[in-house]
Amino acid sequence: MLKDQDRIFKNLYNDMGADVKSAQTRGDWVHTSELIAKGRDWIINEVKDSQLRGRGGAGFPTGLKWSFAPKEVGSRPHYLVINADESEPGTCKDRDILRFEPHKLIEGCLIASYAVQAHVCYIYIRGEYFIEGQKLQSAIDEAYEKNLIGKNAAGTGWDLDIYIHYGAGAYICGEETALLESIEGKKGQPRLKPPFPALIGLYGCPTIINNVETIAVVPTILRRGGKWFSSLGREKNTGTKIFCISGNVNNPCNVEEEMNISLKKLIEVHAGGVVGGWENLLAVIPGGSSMPLIPKEKCETLTMDFDSLMAEKSGLGTAGIVVINKDQDIIKCMARIARFYKHESCGQCTPCREGSGWMWRMLERMAKGEATKDEVDMLSDVTNQIAGHTICAFGEGSSWPVQGLLRHFKKEIEERNNLDPIVQKKNNIPYLVDQHLLDKKNA
Amino acid sequence: MSLRRPAKNQPEIFEFSSSSLEEANKVVSKYPKGKQQSAVMALLYIAQKQNDNWIPLVAMKYIAKFLDMPYIKVYEVATFYTMYNLSPVGKYFVQVCTTTPCMIRGADKLVEACKEKISDKENELSNDKSCSWMEVECLGACVNAPMMQINDDYYEDLDKEKTVEIFDKILKGEDPKPGSYRGRLNTEPENNRKTLMDVKNA
Repeated sequence: MLKDQDRIFKNLYNDMGADVKSAQTRGDWVHTSELIAKGRDWIINEVKDSQLRGRGGAGFPTGLKWSFAPKEVGSRPHYLVINADESEPGTCKDRDILRFEPHKLIEGCLIASYAVQAHVCYIYIRGEYFIEGQKLQSAIDEAYEKNLIGKNAAGTGWDLDIYIHYGAGAYICGEETALLESIEGKKGQPRLKPPFPALIGLYGCPTIINNVETIAVVPTILRRGGKWFSSLGREKNTGTKIFCISGNVNNPCNVEEEMNISLKKLIEVHAGGVVGGWENLLAVIPGGSSMPLIPKEKCETLTMDFDSLMAEKSGLGTAGIVVINKDQDIIKCMARIARFYKHESCGQCTPCREGSGWMWRMLERMAKGEATKDEVDMLSDVTNQIAGHTICAFGEGSSWPVQGLLRHFKKEIEERNNLDPIVQKKNNIPYLVDQHLLDKKNA
Repeated sequence: MSLRRPAKNQPEIFEFSSSSLEEANKVVSKYPKGKQQSAVMALLYIAQKQNDNWIPLVAMKYIAKFLDMPYIKVYEVATFYTMYNLSPVGKYFVQVCTTTPCMIRGADKLVEACKEKISDKENELSNDKSCSWMEVECLGACVNAPMMQINDDYYEDLDKEKTVEIFDKILKGEDPKPGSYRGRLNTEPENNRKTLMDVKNA
C-alpha cells in the first residue's frame, strides 16, 4: 500500500479544508516562483522524466504534449485548457480535486501555462458540477486576492488569468476538440484531427488541453522531483492515481494509490470487498464505462495500469472501477451503458449516431431473451462497423463495452436468446420457401 | 442523441433583468474581443435562471441579438445541450441518475419514489406544481451511488426511504440538506478507512 507521505492529494476527503491557508500547510504555493525560475525546459524535462501520462483516459505522455506547443509565440496567443468535463460513468475523481484540492489545480495551471507560454487558461467544468465550480471559483478569487494568479502571478513575472466555462450536460464535450467547439459557443461536435489543437486549437490558436488530475499532480512532481514520481508504479506507468471504486462493493470510495496496484487488493482492502464475497464477483469494468469488462477469472491477478490492462484488451481509461457481482444481470448492465452512449452521441457521424441506437435496442431485447440466434453475430458486426469509422474516439468508446460483453459473455447471451428465425426452410411449408429451390431439388 | 422539443406555449417577450444584464456583461468580458459567441452557454444559463428554470424561444432570440450572432446558432446550442430546459420544469427539479453504476446499486428504487411522490411520468409537474423529475445519464458521483440532483445540489448514498423523506421535505417547501445520506465524509470508504489516518484523527 502507498505510504501516506507519498500521497499527493492529502485532502481527498476534505479533512482539512480547501482554502488557500490550509492548502499552503499541505505544501501548495510554497516557493512556486523558484520552480518557475528554473525555466521552461527544466519544467518540461522534469515532467518527461516523471513519465507522467495523461489521466483523462488516453494516457498520452504529458511532457511530450507540452513540448508540442510552438517554441515562440507568434501572432496568435497560446491557450491552456483544463478538461474538467468528467462524465464517464464510474468516474468521479476530478470532482474531489475541484472541491477539495482546488489550489493544487490552480498552481498546476500556473506552471503549465508558463511551460506552454499561455496567459489565459480556461477550465471547462461540466454543468452538473455547479457547486464544485463555485468552490473552484472561490479558490480562484482567493488566489487573485493573494496575487498568486493575475499580473505577475506568485512573483514569477508571468501573467495568468483563469476563467471557468461551464458545460451543459454533454458527455461528448470531454473529447478535446468538442470541448474547444463548446468553449467557442457552438454545439460540442468533435473536429477532425489533424490539425491537432497544439497548433490549431481554441479560436484557431495553439492550445494545450489537459485533464484536471494531470495538471494537479504537476506541482508536487516538480517539488519532489520527476525521479520520485517515476519510482512509484512501474516503467512507463508511473506515479499515483486516484481510483474510483463503485458498484457492488461494501464500501465504495475514491482512493489514491500507486499505479500497477493489483485490482484484488484495491477491492478487498480499500473498498471492503465485493458484496457477497469475492466468489460472488462476476466482472469488473476497469476504467470507466467505455472500457471492455474483464471477467472474474482474470481479476485475480490483474494489475491496474495502462499497459497491463491494454494487454487484457481493455484499458485503464479514467480508472473508474465498476464492480459487478453475480446478483446483477450482466446483459442488462451493458444494455444500460449502450443506452448512455445512444443518449450522448453528438450525431455528427452516421455510424455512431445510428449504430449506438441499434446496439442499445438489440441489447435490450437480448436482456429479455427476445432476440434470435443470428443477432448475436449481427451485434458484433455492428460494433465493428462503428469502431474506427467515426471522427472521434466516441465510436470506439460506445462499441468497446459491447465487444467486451460479446468476448466474455457470449455464451450467456446465446443461452438466453435461442429463438430460431421465423422463416425456416422446411419442405412441408412450401409457401415460405422460394419455389424454384424446391424445383431444383426435385429435378 | 436525445429528443428535445421546445414547449408549445411560448411567452411573447423576454428581456434580461438588470442583475442578469450585469452578470451577462461580466461573462462576455471573460473571452477575447470578437469572440463574444463563447458566452452563449453562460447566457443561456442566466436566461434559464431568470425565467423559472426554462428557456423560451424569445430568450434565444434575445441572446442572439445580445451577442450579435444568428438565432439558429443559439437555437442549435440550446437544443444540443441537455441541461437547458426547453419547457417548464418544477421549482424543485429532480434528476435521478440511472446509469449502470447507480443502476446496480438500486437507482430504480429512487425512480419508484419519484413516481409515487412526484408524478407518474417524467417531466410532468406534481399536483401542487412545485416539483418535476426526470431520469438522467451519469452525474459523476458514482462512488456515492445511488444519487440524485435537486436543482444544483447532489443527494448521495440514498435508498427509497431516504428519497421519500427528501421528497416530503421539498413538497413542504423546505430545503433538505445535500450530501451523503449515510453520514460518511464525502467519498471516503465508510467505516473502512485505511489511508490518510493521521489527518483524519488530527
